[in-house]
Amino acid sequence: MDIRKIFPDYYRRNGTGLGTFLLIAVFFWVVVLIILPQLSMLDFSFRHHLPPPEMGGPKDTYTIEHYKYLVFGAKGAGSAYNVVDLGVFVRTLVAAIFVTIVDLILCYPLAYYLGQTKGGGFTRVLVLLLIIPYWVNEILRAFAFRIIFGDSGLINEVLLNTGTIAQPIDFIRANIALYAGLSYAYILLMIFPIYNVIESLDRNQIEAARDMGAPWWRIHWRIVIPYAKPGISSGCTMVFMLSAGALAAPQILGGPSSLWFTQIIYQWFNSGGNWPRGAAFAIVLLVTCIIIVLSLMRAFKVKMGDIGK
Amino acid sequence: MKKGVAVNLEDVWIRFGDFVAVREANVNINGGEFFSFLGPSGCGKTTILRAVSGFLEPSQGRVMIGGKDMVGFGPNKRPTALIFQNLALFPLMKVWENITFSLEVKGASKKDRRKRADELLEMIALSDQSEKLPSELSGGQKQRVAIARALCAQPDVLLLDEPLSALDLKLRQHMRTELREIQRRVGITFIYITHDQGEALTMSDSVAVMRAGIIDQVAEGQAIYDDPATAFVASFVGENNVMRGKIASLDGKQALIATNRTGELIARIASSAQGSMKVGDDAMMFVRPEALRIAKDTSEAKNRLSAKVRHEEFEGQSYNVFLDGDAGKELKMSLINVGQQRESAQGQNLTLEYSPDQAVVLPAGELASE
Repeated sequence: MDIRKIFPDYYRRNGTGLGTFLLIAVFFWVVVLIILPQLSMLDFSFRHHLPPPEMGGPKDTYTIEHYKYLVFGAKGAGSAYNVVDLGVFVRTLVAAIFVTIVDLILCYPLAYYLGQTKGGGFTRVLVLLLIIPYWVNEILRAFAFRIIFGDSGLINEVLLNTGTIAQPIDFIRANIALYAGLSYAYILLMIFPIYNVIESLDRNQIEAARDMGAPWWRIHWRIVIPYAKPGISSGCTMVFMLSAGALAAPQILGGPSSLWFTQIIYQWFNSGGNWPRGAAFAIVLLVTCIIIVLSLMRAFKVKMGDIGK
Repeated sequence: MKKGVAVNLEDVWIRFGDFVAVREANVNINGGEFFSFLGPSGCGKTTILRAVSGFLEPSQGRVMIGGKDMVGFGPNKRPTALIFQNLALFPLMKVWENITFSLEVKGASKKDRRKRADELLEMIALSDQSEKLPSELSGGQKQRVAIARALCAQPDVLLLDEPLSALDLKLRQHMRTELREIQRRVGITFIYITHDQGEALTMSDSVAVMRAGIIDQVAEGQAIYDDPATAFVASFVGENNVMRGKIASLDGKQALIATNRTGELIARIASSAQGSMKVGDDAMMFVRPEALRIAKDTSEAKNRLSAKVRHEEFEGQSYNVFLDGDAGKELKMSLINVGQQRESAQGQNLTLEYSPDQAVVLPAGELASE
């Protein structure tokens, strides 16, 4: 079988060498790096938690006990449902949505400004200022936030010294540090997709709307936001997915009483040593996130192709 | 039908930093007039339009619309509507929504907007396209939608920034007639920006010719063509043969100019230069290709010149003869094709003549670059 017969147009366009390289690269990326690992995780999630010698033995059968555990908890526990894990699960998703909304509110005006001021120099400096902090690694940035938001951190010190508050505010316990840290961590992923789209918006359209008497909010509502929708949905998808799956920031900035669902997954994999259960939890998180994104896309009439823009 | 509203520019200067985009513009545009600003790109005509529409404020001077000083009124507060060069239709709105956007802004109900859209769509003969997106329309249809959208707000003044430049030649000529027709029907003031003299001359009641921020002449199309006020206008509007020289003598409305090569030639002094030219002044004489003809009588006269034919060009309704002209430039003569035998041949020496009324003398000045 000649692979060139299957994609004749493709090979005509790219030539044999480049065409084959691209096919192999895409195949490697999609199958080896994405589908196979995820399938093996899926497989894990349906297996019993067994000591290594018994793996592959007669006891190694498929089961849905880990999924049941997430919903109903351990047998003989106090309540009918696994209140602790489900509570963390829901709280994580709600918090991720919250972080996404905060980022959108922060980034849309900024992206609009960057995209529409064609005035070279200053804009480029601004973009650079946005990118440079990301050279600092994630852990270091999270700890820096911990210091800023700490009991004797910069913010509390300023508020105490100006007499605004009498007692330091516990930003960590209130999860404010966590939300701020997460919003900050993914801000670029929100700005750039929106910026890219808005940059291509014809300025004349804004002027035309103004000329027809539209106030600024209507210009955004009717002209800019509909136009930027692909960028907005792409940014929101990435920020939501990554916040829901974040680990370092919740670990470092989260309050003592609040777990992130990824931390529970991490515990099952790592300290719990129960890979099947960790895998089951992770799959539930992944599938739920995908469902949320898809239903929001449907609600806001965004097509799948738009996300790639 | 609305009554047109006058627009007056009073000593308007517009500067961007050190650059003066518009200097000392004084223009009075009558209500209901089709007025064009004509000039090469970068001459400041679009800047003037933006000052009228309110997207920028003049650095100095006043923009008056309907006798009212517009200072401090933004584009959304002025009784003007602007049609952009690229039309700037909203790509994600249907045709009818595009057209009635100004009503949507005012909070009109959907029913009223639909009704108004139907009226306007009928006017532009696009009734069956109301549910389409702009990207599904042809160039000419988009053009008409942009006009309908601008008219929907019932402006007193419609501003058009080279809206026909993206169309092909046939459609452009058709749209000229159509625009002129629409302007007569609605009766409001149209201010039209163009670098295309054909557009300016065919559509306008009056034309202002601009050069590097300066308005050289404001007049009716025919006056611009027949009686240009400056050398720039003479060379920018239509084709013209230029001959440089000095004024040899003045005689009422006519002058003799001693050209560098052909001896003395006679021509009418342009109205703008009458009384201001003296013997010995540097001058330019302009004679249009269609004003030249082959002389039957080859004796010397003040309205005759001889030149050698370089080459010829057949254009259908006319043929053009290119001859050795002044300072290495070609001299062009257009002869109407009425089925006559051609009288010229390459390399031949011809004696040309013109009626002194059809040649103008102006003070030497900057010419339009080709």
